[in-house]
Amino acid sequence: MKKLLTMATVAVLGASPVLADLVFPSLSYRTGPYAANGIPFADGYADYFTLLNERDGGIGGQPVRLIECETGYNTEKGVECYESTKGEGSLVYQPLSTGITYQLIPKASADGIPVHSMGYGRTSAANGKVFEWIFNYPANYWNGASHAINHILDVNGGDVSGKKVALVYHNSAYGKEPIRTLEELSAKHGYDLTLLPVDHPGQEQKSQWLQIRREKPDYVIMWGWGVMNQVAIQEAANIRFPMENFIGIWWSASENDVLPAGDGADGYKALAMNNTGSSFPIYEDLNKYVVDAGKAAGAGDQLGTVLYNRGLYAAMLAAEAAKKAQEIHGVGDITPAQMRDGMEALEITAASMEALGLPDFGPEFAVSCANHGGPGLGAVQQWDASAEKWELISEFGPSDADVINKLIEEDSAAYAAENNITPRDCN
Amino acid sequence: MFYREAGDFKTSYVADNQTFPIAFDRYRYYVVLAVAIGVVPFMLNEYFASAVLIPFLIWSIIAIGLNILTGYCGQVSLGTGGFMAVGAYASYKLMTAFPDLNIFFVILASGGVTAGVGLLFGLPSLRIKGFYLAVATLAAQFFLVWLFNRVGWFYNYSASGQINAPERSVFGFNVTGALAAPEAKYLFCLAFVILLGIVARNLTRGKLGRSWMAIRDMDIAAEIIGVDPLKAKLSAFAISSFFVGVGGALFFAVYLGAVEVGEAFGINKSFLALFMIIIGGLGSIFGSFAGAAFIVLMPVLLKNVMVGGLGWPTDIAAHFEFVILGGLIIFFLIVEPHGLAALWRLAKEKLRLWPFPH
Repeated sequence: MKKLLTMATVAVLGASPVLADLVFPSLSYRTGPYAANGIPFADGYADYFTLLNERDGGIGGQPVRLIECETGYNTEKGVECYESTKGEGSLVYQPLSTGITYQLIPKASADGIPVHSMGYGRTSAANGKVFEWIFNYPANYWNGASHAINHILDVNGGDVSGKKVALVYHNSAYGKEPIRTLEELSAKHGYDLTLLPVDHPGQEQKSQWLQIRREKPDYVIMWGWGVMNQVAIQEAANIRFPMENFIGIWWSASENDVLPAGDGADGYKALAMNNTGSSFPIYEDLNKYVVDAGKAAGAGDQLGTVLYNRGLYAAMLAAEAAKKAQEIHGVGDITPAQMRDGMEALEITAASMEALGLPDFGPEFAVSCANHGGPGLGAVQQWDASAEKWELISEFGPSDADVINKLIEEDSAAYAAENNITPRDCN
Repeated sequence: MFYREAGDFKTSYVADNQTFPIAFDRYRYYVVLAVAIGVVPFMLNEYFASAVLIPFLIWSIIAIGLNILTGYCGQVSLGTGGFMAVGAYASYKLMTAFPDLNIFFVILASGGVTAGVGLLFGLPSLRIKGFYLAVATLAAQFFLVWLFNRVGWFYNYSASGQINAPERSVFGFNVTGALAAPEAKYLFCLAFVILLGIVARNLTRGKLGRSWMAIRDMDIAAEIIGVDPLKAKLSAFAISSFFVGVGGALFFAVYLGAVEVGEAFGINKSFLALFMIIIGGLGSIFGSFAGAAFIVLMPVLLKNVMVGGLGWPTDIAAHFEFVILGGLIIFFLIVEPHGLAALWRLAKEKLRLWPFPH
């Protein structure tokens, strides 16, 4: 017993930090009802940094150390992970959970560590004047809501008045994000909006889909995550809802979500903020340096999936921001504050993506002091069940900036007033 | 040898009735208090405070609350998560409606509001008991969570449905919000734990506590000897809910800072509280602390050993956490069905006879 205790003590104390690395924490979730979506993202995020370490010796000559911490998509564990990793010199947090992001916004702002909630989190964090430490480029939920409506407008030749649109959403901060925008857009374009909340974890959706069957909305938009996606798509197939009228947000857009429904999911549409598939030059390097070397994260079977690519994309943006920070400050071993400067000066162009082996992987964008949200470009992709592949069916297009910018201004002003923040002066 | 009553002479009724009749126990109690107040705050780092100690203190309050109802009065409740939510939302509404009100009184008032709600949901206990009462309190759990999710007034119509604790301070030190120092948060929670711990201990030793235990042991017999079941059951519900409400308010305002009702106060919180008192020991204040410590500390310890120390992948560690925790719960319940408190009592009895057990 005594020996066991000694061993445990040594094990706990042995976890002392190794300094002089670039530390990227990965608050992942490989367990629980959201694991199906959490695993590929975490794998992609980890593999990209492994690739940088193996191929380039890190970023700017500095090795990268990835600390993984399991959150289970649970905010309390997320906070515990944040507290346990922030002392290690963590450069940027990407919690992949809107609930955890809401927790971290005040904490990280006070501690001076940037948070990048890529396509999730608090939408009004796009206003860099108020949210100095929080970034959500390249697109946010309100852009997503507008993209979905834009797609419906396109299909209907620009007129959707009198159409019925239903929003099936995860009954949490995440799912509630698009409601304001959809309501504003409903006033502008004249469609009727029905709200159908689904409670955590989302396995039980019979009543919601019964209501859809009864009310026959023309379009269903979904804000789902984890097991909720699979169930919703299966339920839609069961009531024979026309799949091409069913549009998911980019988090309801992975292979894991559509495969269980088989042929029933054919034609399901979802938004995309990065490209899909494994036909990019970087995959050669990934296979050579990471997979074949036996260093792939997790089971190593997620390469090329939508969410794996998104994990790659998130890691790529973080690595590029770190490079930018090294450039600005002329040091290799950057601090979180310097990382923030790098993120704020980040510029992604077609040429830079090409150089990284990821041509046309995502939209071109530049971050600025006032705009932490990027241009909010998005595309629509469609599931082909026979080929088991996602196909982009539109270009990366803009969202309705008139409506969204006003809402962001409003919401961030409310946050600033609540928390006594004087907006920064950005020129 | 040193742990015994002999030689410790009581010269007044007050001394005879004190909480810890054995001198050694009394000194231990003072040492624990002194360490908690005087030593721990100086050794605190932020991780230890916010991942271990603050949740432990808050869960202790909640476990004591549930123990009053379930352990002392015998009324099974699965509504703890819902009552915590009432405390949290009451404190949010009070904080935003009366910005000048001291956070200390906000927390106490939130407990008061929760006591009222608990009283309401305790009414069915007068007619039903056992499993049926558990189902009625389960209804409270689901109804309350649904209510706070559905009605915008409770979260001040914020777009995300989340509530965020504004900054509040005690004696000039922030205890809520992102800028609060871990020491301040810890001491603030500790103050409530000490205060409510003493109140609970003395309530359960007094007339009220005895009437609860009489109801628990056999309600008909209790009624025959003159215990009013209405008063006993409803007071247990109200006081228990007060504790749980204070715990919920601290959970939201001090510990998390931002809360979403479905996730933070779901049914799993009710089960967690119930596990705490079952593992710790039903009908014991010490058991509430021991159970809370077990449930809060064990996962953090296991995680740090497996991921931090042994370098295991996080997903395997997370699965093992469940296995080990579940295994330990089964082990404890088989070895000592009356919980950690019974082990503690046994240890004390052995210690009294030591070193001459015959």
